[in-house]
Amino acid sequence: MPKVKVPRKSTTVDMTAMCDVAFLLLTFFMLTSNFVAKEPIVVAVPSSISEIKIPERNILTVLIDQEGKVFFGLDTQQDRKEVLENVGKAYSISFTEKELNEFSKIGMSGVPIEKMSAFLALKPEERDTKEAAIGIPTDSLNNQFEVWIKTARQVNRELRLAIKSDQLTPYKVIKDVMGTLQDNNENRYNLITSLEQVSTK
Amino acid sequence: MAELQVEDKGKKGKKPKQKKHSSRVDLTPMVDLGFLLITFFMLTTSMLKPQTMEISVPSKDKVQEEDQNKVKASQAITILLAKENKLFYYFGTQENGIDPEVIETNYSSEGLRKMLFQKNFDVMKAVDELKKEKKKMAEEDYNKKLSELKASKSAPIIIIKAADEANYKNLVDILDEMNINNIARYAIVDITPYDLGLIDAKTIPAK
Repeated sequence: MPKVKVPRKSTTVDMTAMCDVAFLLLTFFMLTSNFVAKEPIVVAVPSSISEIKIPERNILTVLIDQEGKVFFGLDTQQDRKEVLENVGKAYSISFTEKELNEFSKIGMSGVPIEKMSAFLALKPEERDTKEAAIGIPTDSLNNQFEVWIKTARQVNRELRLAIKSDQLTPYKVIKDVMGTLQDNNENRYNLITSLEQVSTK
Repeated sequence: MAELQVEDKGKKGKKPKQKKHSSRVDLTPMVDLGFLLITFFMLTTSMLKPQTMEISVPSKDKVQEEDQNKVKASQAITILLAKENKLFYYFGTQENGIDPEVIETNYSSEGLRKMLFQKNFDVMKAVDELKKEKKKMAEEDYNKKLSELKASKSAPIIIIKAADEANYKNLVDILDEMNINNIARYAIVDITPYDLGLIDAKTIPAK
């Protein structure tokens, strides 16, 4: 008794729908994503109950690590280029177009201006090494950090400042940085923290 | 979509021999690829934007003028951040050569927060009541009233002084306490040798 044939109804499912979904999601993630910016050092930010989100654009990030090394980051490539050019001018160092382009790809930098050329000549992999992450000098004799801040402000008036610092950074360094900001009439800034749950009685 | 095309062709050509066999592509690898990329993007993106705390400090030249209108001593609480996560506070200031009593506390909710809560009780209560009515009023009104409450005359004025050896977390914690306790009037001030002396006097005999 041959049964009514229902063979050949293969087990392959139609993948089209699934494919559609996959690529839809992919498109979504590609468009919404902003990549985790690479930072030269890892800092553990303190937690706070504040729920204010950082604005999306025009952020100048000042990164301070445990040892008090200061790094400087801008979020648009155009700004980075102009800022480096102008900071170079202030120290009468000129950068080639290639160096400027190279710099515009780096999210955060913490190199004294006189070593910048050598730093930019390094391969991208080599830049992350400990030796390359020197930090921008902030002491009063050679306050390059101040020059960076001033220049950035001149290049882009819309910039908002954010300080991202490690939990264990000594207050002395923070005080110096804040003092420098205050000297330059940068009186409003954000401190980057992570969220903490706190019960208020 | 692919299927539709297949059917179309079949009807047009009217060649039943070459049926459904053809243009159907196996999409499995493509789906694999799609999901692989999705995974990659999901892992590399930072959907969460970091939280921030906004602070504004008076500009330098202004400080000197405003220093003149001294904080009323009865309302002032000075918080001293010392090394090794130590925390001290005192009320008022030095009067007639008598040092204020320095009290040691800590960063826990039982320590500093309790004290500030008690000191700022009126404001806290008013803010709580305001929060209950928040739904009824417009956002702007609420914010306006909130800042009015926070700036009320009876609220304590906090002076935050951090020693060089204190760390950044301590500072953020204190600023956090200010937010938790609805204190709007606070200032971060450089520590003075006098305050350092007070801390030393408090810590050294204990050892």
